[in-house]
Amino acid sequence: MSAAAPIRALRRPSGGVAGLWLALVALAAVAAPLLTPYAYDVQALREAYQAPSAAHWLGTDEFGRDLLTRLIYGARTSLSVSATAIAISVACGMVLGAAAAWFGGWFDRAVTVVVDLTWSFPEILIALILVAIIGPGTTGTMIAISVAYLAQFTRLTRAQIMTLKGETFIEAARSLGAGNAHILLRHLLPNALAPVLVSAMLATGDAIILEATLGFFGLGAQPPTPSWGGMMSAGSALVFKAPWIIIFPGLTVAITVIAINLYGDALIAALDIRAKLRRAA
Amino acid sequence: MTSWLIRRILLLVPVFLAVSVVIFLILHFIPGDPIDNLLKVGSSPQARAEMEARYGLDRPLPVQYGIWLGKVLHGDLGTAIVARRPVADLIAQALPHSLALGGLALLFSSAMGVMLGVIAALNRDRWPDRLIMGGVLAGSTMPSFWLGLILMLVFSVGLGWFPISGARGWTSLVLPVLTIGLGGTALVARITRVSMIEASARDFVMLLHAKGLSPLRIQLAHVLRHALIPVVTILALRIGWILGGAVTVEVVFARPGLGTLLIKSLSQHDYPVVQACLLMLAMAVMLGTLLGDILQALMDPRVRAAMA
Repeated sequence: MSAAAPIRALRRPSGGVAGLWLALVALAAVAAPLLTPYAYDVQALREAYQAPSAAHWLGTDEFGRDLLTRLIYGARTSLSVSATAIAISVACGMVLGAAAAWFGGWFDRAVTVVVDLTWSFPEILIALILVAIIGPGTTGTMIAISVAYLAQFTRLTRAQIMTLKGETFIEAARSLGAGNAHILLRHLLPNALAPVLVSAMLATGDAIILEATLGFFGLGAQPPTPSWGGMMSAGSALVFKAPWIIIFPGLTVAITVIAINLYGDALIAALDIRAKLRRAA
Repeated sequence: MTSWLIRRILLLVPVFLAVSVVIFLILHFIPGDPIDNLLKVGSSPQARAEMEARYGLDRPLPVQYGIWLGKVLHGDLGTAIVARRPVADLIAQALPHSLALGGLALLFSSAMGVMLGVIAALNRDRWPDRLIMGGVLAGSTMPSFWLGLILMLVFSVGLGWFPISGARGWTSLVLPVLTIGLGGTALVARITRVSMIEASARDFVMLLHAKGLSPLRIQLAHVLRHALIPVVTILALRIGWILGGAVTVEVVFARPGLGTLLIKSLSQHDYPVVQACLLMLAMAVMLGTLLGDILQALMDPRVRAAMA
């Protein structure tokens, strides 16, 4: 991927606004303790169920904790879990997909069958079952999400390598005496990288929603650690009494995922890889 | 066509077996023992062994699998450990609710998605296109359980148009269908739009223009037909998603469907019910894919010719 592409994506209007929001959320997550006078886990029961006000911009929850504070700290959990899960998924998917495309034969067929099978199952089902096996919490959620998206990246990498394998520059490298490992690592994978990384970025958006859904079922980060899904899980029981508890985390998820999609789209346009992505779908 | 169909259906057998092994095995990795839910505190080890023998949990795994599969093929899904009722009954009660919800949501998202996709493609890069694609993106990025709760807050509590939850009457279906359908609409609209735009650039469209057909007629009668093929492919591949997406929404709206049953029995470690729910969802996915393949074959003359 050329280094300038992420910058070029920012120059498009939608990409710029989206990039700004993502930078803001990331910055808030990193600098959380500096931004808010409240602690995310100190209960102040006398201040419970307060609607948004000057003191508590987004109101307080059932334990009187400041919602904006919990939202900012929750960004740490939600973003790091989703991003790490997708990173693991991409790494494993690239190795599997490249190996399948490179070795071919029964190994490729086996990988393809398993991948097609899991790909037709909704990610939420795969993740739910896995979390049930591993146990709730951030680690379980992370592993479940990375397995749920493994099929997608294996499929994409395999498709990229398959098309690249027939290109003339690979034949040229081979006739110059390049070995298997050299061709795979220096020629095939780098060329397959851009589409995989962009779709990884888009998948991170889906992973944020998946993490929130697992949190909603009480399977994500365990209290008092705030996560966007966990906050909505608590808020869902109070939706008629204190709707702001669930409204703001949901809006944050939606806006963040929209931003990721818009920036991803701008990146696809800047890299000019729309055709490559479609071929693999 | 018939021989292709038979081959295609036979292909499902190994897939079904593989899925059944996975579903059977997965459940035995889940920590927690359903027997613990049944035994009284302080029960003797004998009582425990007796209970395990009654449910066949003391035999080796391959034997348990063989017995289970044999029974499943006879339509016997076992007895729910916690609810103490035949699992088949529980499934038979839940399935119609899930199918109605999933089917209507699929219908809604296909009709809505194709319509919006066509309008967007006809107005490419003008404001209706931007508006539709923006709205569709927003709709697909909201977590479905959250969207469901917000719709409930506005339309049930605020306006009082629909019941808050449950499954009494068709009005209780409106909000769940909308919640699931809006997510699917995004996917369908996006694919319809792109493939309409791509199909419009093909040579045969230029020929139709040269023949003097009205642009609208070309788009709706000729281009749309081509554009629908990838839409059907994606819809078929993701038909299981409708049922899967229904899991969360069913829980939110307290509908007595497969999703609610699955979540409840997962938390109770009720193996037979979880297995049956997963098996049903897996079969829905497989049948959906088959249905999609057939539809696609019927729509595409090239595939029809290749099959003959």
